[in-house]
Amino acid sequence: MDVIIKNLGLLINATLIATPPLLLAALGSCFSERSGVVNIGIEGMMTIGAFTGAVMGLTTGNGWLAFFCAGLAGALFGLIHAIACVSFHADQTIAGTAINFLGPGLAVFLCKAMFNNSSDTPAMDPSCKLPKLFEGVFPAGSFWSNVLNVYSVAYLVFVLAFVCWFVFYKTRFGSHLRAVGEHPEACESLGIDVYRVRYICVILSGFLAGLGGAFVTLATINQFRPSVIVGQGFIAIAAVIFGKFSPEGAVKACLLFGLCSGIKTLAGQSNTISPNLISMIPYIVTILALVLFVGKAHTPAANGKIFVKSK
Amino acid sequence: MNKKKSILDSNVFYTMIAIVVGFIIGAVFLMIAGISPAVAYGKLISSVFGKPKYLIWTLIYASPLIFTGLSVAFSFRTGVFNIGAEGQFVVGALTACSLGILLDLPAWIHVPLCVIAAALAGGIWSLIVGILKVKRGIHEVLSFIMFNWIAFYLSNYVVNLEVIHKEGGGEATKDVLASSRLLFPESLRTLLDCSAANWGIVLAVAAAVLIWVIIEKTTLGYKLKAVGFNSSGALYAGINADASVLTALGISGALAGLGGAVQILGMSGRLSQFAGQEGFGFEGITVALIGSSSPIGCIFAGLFYGAMKYGGSKLSIVKAPSEVVDIIMGCVILFIAISQIFRVLFGSILKKKEGN
Repeated sequence: MDVIIKNLGLLINATLIATPPLLLAALGSCFSERSGVVNIGIEGMMTIGAFTGAVMGLTTGNGWLAFFCAGLAGALFGLIHAIACVSFHADQTIAGTAINFLGPGLAVFLCKAMFNNSSDTPAMDPSCKLPKLFEGVFPAGSFWSNVLNVYSVAYLVFVLAFVCWFVFYKTRFGSHLRAVGEHPEACESLGIDVYRVRYICVILSGFLAGLGGAFVTLATINQFRPSVIVGQGFIAIAAVIFGKFSPEGAVKACLLFGLCSGIKTLAGQSNTISPNLISMIPYIVTILALVLFVGKAHTPAANGKIFVKSK
Repeated sequence: MNKKKSILDSNVFYTMIAIVVGFIIGAVFLMIAGISPAVAYGKLISSVFGKPKYLIWTLIYASPLIFTGLSVAFSFRTGVFNIGAEGQFVVGALTACSLGILLDLPAWIHVPLCVIAAALAGGIWSLIVGILKVKRGIHEVLSFIMFNWIAFYLSNYVVNLEVIHKEGGGEATKDVLASSRLLFPESLRTLLDCSAANWGIVLAVAAAVLIWVIIEKTTLGYKLKAVGFNSSGALYAGINADASVLTALGISGALAGLGGAVQILGMSGRLSQFAGQEGFGFEGITVALIGSSSPIGCIFAGLFYGAMKYGGSKLSIVKAPSEVVDIIMGCVILFIAISQIFRVLFGSILKKKEGN
């Protein structure tokens, strides 16, 4: 019984650690997709965020500042994506593919340039990382200590998810962004600046993806490596589709995929199930969800379509 | 005036500009990193053209890229977007590798069997996505992305299976049997001074010509293009749009699968566990864009990318990060993607001038 409780605690803990990067990126993706701009560059934006977070953590020693800077780096790539897709009418999937070349390429390039041709940054001192909230509150090894052995940002992310939900459904901007993704022409005739809304949303998606990437380097582990993000950006996109393009859906989907990742972490230690098979689950589940439940209906109508301002 | 207009209308013009811009931005980053762009780009060029042997290596690097490029280009021409070439490449490579290890057959049957099986695997992997699109209306880009990652983990799973995994640890499979390799005969390889010289490039060029014939000279190609251009119009003309989409995706996937086979049976001889996506499929998108989605253009674009990849791998000798190639290529894609607006802009300027 004790073993089960201990493992349950560790599983919840692993889920709480795996979910935040996915959720941050997925929330960002919700903004972008609902405003009508497909963003498959999330992966690249996360990678640049992960790198920026690690470098700023190492140089400033301030985890929170580093976290914020990572968001800005992601936002910069969001801006590039927005310029290409919104102003220059580029094919959104192709522009996103370019971001996925540029983000990881630039991250590893700069890493090698800064750290003596090494593709990994040096490991960070724990004091440079984001703080843990409940450290030392519960006795070491107890159930609650196992469960809550998470960095404080993890809790913040869920608060942020609520904020996103609020912005989506309870503010003027939220209704504008949802409308812009469905019928930009109608929005324009009502005097909504479609380009402005989309710029804000895509930049925001880059910012949140950058934060998601930095969570990995500043909390989950303590350095940047080229393989830190591999696939998480795409899982975030899967989560958004699975969650029907809404923040509340993204929370549920990310918790589910985070749980998969948690199981993978624990199973990896015991060597009973191949971690590679467990890694497939989020993708298979998403396909099944598309086939069984989601169907055609829920993609924002103007998603991926080029909108040219009249005048 | 007409000449000027045709230049401003041609894809090659914008592609060239995009490549130049890519190199300039790459140079800026090299300078930021404290590396002389002249030294780095000099090394890039000399690593490709320095010796005949290097050119052979460029061809070896280019072959799988021409295949994935053709795969994406074919999908573009038929109105779908195969962003799943990555996954189809992986299942093709996995199939070729497994059969190359597990079967023990004479070479004249082993090689074609592995190659055809890889094409089938890639084709089926893509066809599943096609069926999801046709039957359930699921957007192909979404399911392709999922299938890329399923293929990724499937491959890592199979690579670690005992029957295939290299004995004594390591993170790769056993070597495929010599009877399944696509290598040139021993004597020719010695002559070329290149142990991995293989038939891949010949197959790639043959495939490009075949795809060109299909697209430009056959009724099938005409139908596929018609559906890609305007599916409701094609429907009105009595073309079965669903069947066309499935055919297009099947062929596109098979091409990517062939790329995987060429990579394994030609160059590497084994499959390694992936740490990140190999990128052949995504590089194929770049190749297709640089080649303006024309099969023959893909040959040249593939050679260009192959040269960049092979030359890039030598950059560490001058202490320049090889990732500068990713930066350059990322910029090239981005600038080709936004070039459409310049075409419209220049077109309207010229029209105005002509009007005056």
